[in-house]
Amino acid sequence: MLFVKERRGDDLVLRGARVLDPAEGIDAVLDVRIDAGVIAAVGTQVDANEHRVVDGTGLVLAPAFVDPHVHLRTPGREDEETIASGTAAAAAGGFCAILAMPNTEPVVDSAATLGALVDAARREAEVQVGFLAAITRGQHGAELTEMAELADAGAVAFSDDGVPVTSAGLMRRALQYASVTGRLLALHCEETSLTYGSHVHEGSVAAELGFTGYPSVGESVMVERDLALARYEDQPLHLLHLSAAESVAGLRRARDAGVRASGEVTPHHLVLTDEAVRSLDSNMKMNPPLRAESDRLALLDALRDGTIEAIATDHAPHARHEKDAPFEAAPFGVTGLETAFSVLYTQLVRPGLLPLATLVDRMSTGPARIFGLDRPRVAVGATANLVLLDLDAEWQVREDAFRSRSANSWLLGETLTGRVVLTIAAGATAHERLAVTSA
Amino acid sequence: MTSIRLVRDELRPPGPPPRRHLLSIADLTRDDVERLLGAARTFAASMDRELKKLPTLKGRLIVNLFYESSTRTSSSFELAAKRLSADTLNIKSAGSSVDKGESLRDTALTLGAYDPDVIVIRHPQIGAPQLVADATSAHIVNAGDGKHQHPTQALLDLYTLQQELGRLEGLHVAIVGDVLHSRVARSLIQIFELVGIHCTLVGPPALLPRDLGVEATTDINAICGADVVYVLRMQNERMEQGANFVPSLREYAARWGITPERLSPGQRVMHPGPMNRGVEIDPRVADSVDSLVELQVRSGLVVRMAVLYDVLTGGPVGVRALAAAEVA
Repeated sequence: MLFVKERRGDDLVLRGARVLDPAEGIDAVLDVRIDAGVIAAVGTQVDANEHRVVDGTGLVLAPAFVDPHVHLRTPGREDEETIASGTAAAAAGGFCAILAMPNTEPVVDSAATLGALVDAARREAEVQVGFLAAITRGQHGAELTEMAELADAGAVAFSDDGVPVTSAGLMRRALQYASVTGRLLALHCEETSLTYGSHVHEGSVAAELGFTGYPSVGESVMVERDLALARYEDQPLHLLHLSAAESVAGLRRARDAGVRASGEVTPHHLVLTDEAVRSLDSNMKMNPPLRAESDRLALLDALRDGTIEAIATDHAPHARHEKDAPFEAAPFGVTGLETAFSVLYTQLVRPGLLPLATLVDRMSTGPARIFGLDRPRVAVGATANLVLLDLDAEWQVREDAFRSRSANSWLLGETLTGRVVLTIAAGATAHERLAVTSA
Repeated sequence: MTSIRLVRDELRPPGPPPRRHLLSIADLTRDDVERLLGAARTFAASMDRELKKLPTLKGRLIVNLFYESSTRTSSSFELAAKRLSADTLNIKSAGSSVDKGESLRDTALTLGAYDPDVIVIRHPQIGAPQLVADATSAHIVNAGDGKHQHPTQALLDLYTLQQELGRLEGLHVAIVGDVLHSRVARSLIQIFELVGIHCTLVGPPALLPRDLGVEATTDINAICGADVVYVLRMQNERMEQGANFVPSLREYAARWGITPERLSPGQRVMHPGPMNRGVEIDPRVADSVDSLVELQVRSGLVVRMAVLYDVLTGGPVGVRALAAAEVA
């Protein structure tokens, strides 16, 4: 279900880093040796076996991150992102695996289109890529795709992300039928009759600036609907890019009642509020929109207590000339792969709002578990999917330094603390920004 | 003269016996089923003679009232009546005053004016036979009412199994396909329970009714252990455009179609017809030696003869008379 360029596995020793793998119960300074891409030893004074040695003193070694919500814009908008550039960006951000959304041109709704993407990933992907297929043909919300065939062809899950599944009847059928495939439905919850023509959160900022607003109920009403259907059909589902406190409350209630529901939140929803829109910078325009502080705090609480188990960037590259327009005319979406860890470390971990171990869990273990992927682990015998982090490195987010083909980042010009210095994905180094390495 | 109010029921004079119908398998006991299968065997024996016509129902009027298309059922009821020397009247709704909007009740009353002995009715709505039973004094035989029941199909299927396999109790039958919309499945499930046949339902999730209380699975491999695979038709006429019970017939055929590869040696295959070859059933399976479809159709004639006879002769009493007539 995950596809990557074939490469030789690393022979490498990572010495003296603080190894932090909460799921394995490890938080200690240890050495890790990798033989041909597989973790061969974890301990103190590990024999280097003549491998290259990376000095991890002062650095943190963690399971690499998994982003379950990325837009690779391929096929159709390769000017914005390709599999090669998107996975390079992911590697720079410490991700060993990303899941790509199917709202491309054409939509990934047939085994033929999916097959072509799988082939491309096998040629070009720097980190592992999983491809979601659409729930409905063309994402028109009318007819189910041939899900069983798509699952056999490699679809990792199903989504109509970008648009909601408007018909409750069809949503019900999708929940029923997806059970045949064993793959999850990942849902973009939006009642479009409540959000039509909107650009920002319906709150005081929109009221003052004059923008048509997207009220929180526009999201939560459909969150509740989908959770109710999932409960009735006893099927699992995953809620994409949650933004509203009401949605979080609904998710929590459903999980308490035994519904197999999971949720994700983006870095921008954890850090920003609709106040950011005052700048009229189109890089503050996303769907769902940035909301009020009370929403942000509810999302953070949910992330802490595990109601929300995953962080997802919803990396949404856009062409410069399209984002460079008045706010209402600009498309929704921001990139995020290359800054996710750093901004969350800077804004949440350093100020003591979220433990580092929790951040690692929500960026790695949680997303893998939700989608049924092998979770990255620091354990002997596991394929090396690791990230080395320099928590003290200060760096500035610069437009000309992105690996992504697009530069529509909400952090342009910002200085962040904490940086990915090495990413090993599927056993091979995919990104490196180390100061000095010994032979 | 003042009327006398009876205080004890047993002092009442006996009333006429309740009029026999065959509306649903749910109304039958195991004894009823065995009696009907026995009568069918008797009629089957007479079908082997040169002169296939029996005088049993001479002078009786049997009306076949069909509101839905049918090849098998209507022809076998008509032939069954004729073989028993009854007079038949065959009304199809298309081409009748139903086209002018005449209600079922008025149609029943109209036909009731001819004092038919039996009305055999097939109708797209659940409960239509009951309505006709209330509106006339005929014996009513349900030839299929919407998604509800098709009792004579279940009886002929059971008869087929008995003829082919000898035994019924302990058999395992897997019913595969669109169970949700199937009156055949509903009747079969009930008749299987009466005779001790273990039943598994297999199909796409949206076509397996919830709350039916029968073992059900979406995994086609569950047919592996069954003695008989009973295949249901994908009923497009009951599925509106965009209903999305399955993404496509192509995917249905790929995941649940009964192909030779999915069957084990010795497994029999049944289908109530008509078949969508290439959808729910592979043509090679339909035409194979393990397919009991032709036997089902032949069974339909004698089973319907038994049903018409049984409904008119009052059940157990009739069987003794039938047996006596045979000996004579």
